[in-house]
Amino acid sequence: MIRILKKGLHTSIQDLGRIGYRKYGVPTSGAMDMQSAKLSNYILGNKEKDAVMEVTLQGPGIEFLTATRIAICGADLSPSLNGTPTPLNKSILVQKGDLLDFGVRKTGIRSYLAIAGGFQTDIILGSRSFYEGITKSAVCDDGDEIAFHSSFGVGKFQHRLHHPQPINLGLIDLDVHKGPEFEMLNEAQKVLLFNTSFSLGINNRMAYQLQELLMNELPSILSSAVLPGSVQLTPAGKMIILMRDCQTTGGYPRILQLSENAINVLAQKMKNEKVSFELV
Amino acid sequence: MTYSPTYKPFGETAMLIVWPAQMNESILKEVVDFNRKIEQQKIPDIVETIPSIHSITVIFDPQSISFDELTILMKELHKGNALEGSIRPNCLWKIPVCYDEQFGLDLREVSNHTGLSIPEIIEMHIEVIYQVYSIGFLPGFLYLGGLDRQLHMDRKSNPRPKILKGAVGIGGEQTGIYPSDSPGGWQIIGNTPVQLFDVNKEVPCFAEPGDKIQFTRCSLSEYLAIVELIKLDSYALEKEVIRD
Repeated sequence: MIRILKKGLHTSIQDLGRIGYRKYGVPTSGAMDMQSAKLSNYILGNKEKDAVMEVTLQGPGIEFLTATRIAICGADLSPSLNGTPTPLNKSILVQKGDLLDFGVRKTGIRSYLAIAGGFQTDIILGSRSFYEGITKSAVCDDGDEIAFHSSFGVGKFQHRLHHPQPINLGLIDLDVHKGPEFEMLNEAQKVLLFNTSFSLGINNRMAYQLQELLMNELPSILSSAVLPGSVQLTPAGKMIILMRDCQTTGGYPRILQLSENAINVLAQKMKNEKVSFELV
Repeated sequence: MTYSPTYKPFGETAMLIVWPAQMNESILKEVVDFNRKIEQQKIPDIVETIPSIHSITVIFDPQSISFDELTILMKELHKGNALEGSIRPNCLWKIPVCYDEQFGLDLREVSNHTGLSIPEIIEMHIEVIYQVYSIGFLPGFLYLGGLDRQLHMDRKSNPRPKILKGAVGIGGEQTGIYPSDSPGGWQIIGNTPVQLFDVNKEVPCFAEPGDKIQFTRCSLSEYLAIVELIKLDSYALEKEVIRD
């Protein structure tokens, strides 16, 4: 067990997401930066789909009620164990009573805490990923106690052919594919789209908005599936990059689709950071 | 099948199968039938499918199949024989709605806007058999087609911060049911005690695209009685199987 002493800004349990329920309107959810989440599990010899804790900007304070091993990947939010800075991307032994804290944000905004055997919150519709209305709560709260699979019984470290690499937090070019409605844009709009440095606006687990507008007279479309990474263009010119908790269908033209890697890269960015789109 | 859909890449992990952009029952039938055919094949490379009004989005595993291979596979399947074996037939679901003033927060506003009396609005709302075109927006939210033109009304310019689960409303040319508490701008005319979405069920929605919905009027006391029956898990929604 671990106990949450201080919940942090937005701390939740996530796995690879809820698969097979989008046809009922259920978002996939799952770790915003899948690459870092997978890496944290990989370091511990966990399964790729084991649940990890997603920590956002201001981390939680955590007490370990049993000894175990952990790994922290993704953003550098200055994690420390009993007051001593603790490294990223490494398997770390923790003892009963140890306290994990996060401090100043250095790079990225989302850290992933994997634990031996994975967190064991309820599996709802095939996934442990927190989502409002699906799981009991959307975020971890003060005093929550969360079970994990084993104390020391860490799985055998299996070297996989495609083992995950640490995410590149410095990347500002987002690799994109043409979205289904890309060809509705005129040439001038396309030029703007690929030659503008966009500033990120309001964002959360559902979407990142871009601050700059792309003026357009595109009609809305018949409601059709949208995916994490879909870039929607509203009639007011607002561009919305959908993320893991996005709705399953939408009626705005889908002008671009981020690569899987670009979704992970974007998930580490905060408001006012710059990004640009690069067609692959 | 009379239409030939087109197969477009949608990022690295999805294929968009798209029919002419029309919201009508003949295109919906093609979408629903083809989607059931894909599901029935249980193709291991396919992660899931998301059918909507005129499209199916197929999520696939790019490590096990390429877009081009999947296109060939889908085209073959589309050409192939009609559905075989036991498939779920489309159903007409009768959903009780209480139009009491307690729930019908905007009945008066709809009446002022449309020039219809409240009993006329309710009559028009329960008369139509609605087509389920898609599920989206919220878990268990049904996109319904068929609302009487006279009841079309814009969404509120100031959405409510909270609309109750079960609220039945009008938004533009559509009518719909809020499956959970949610902020929203629809004109609310009633509430159903029926659960549109239940996370504890393996199939969390009873309705599917291709099904039909009819609202039936219930009184406040009937509404409360149904709430009690649902709590005891002994309420069965009225349904009819639709024969083609």
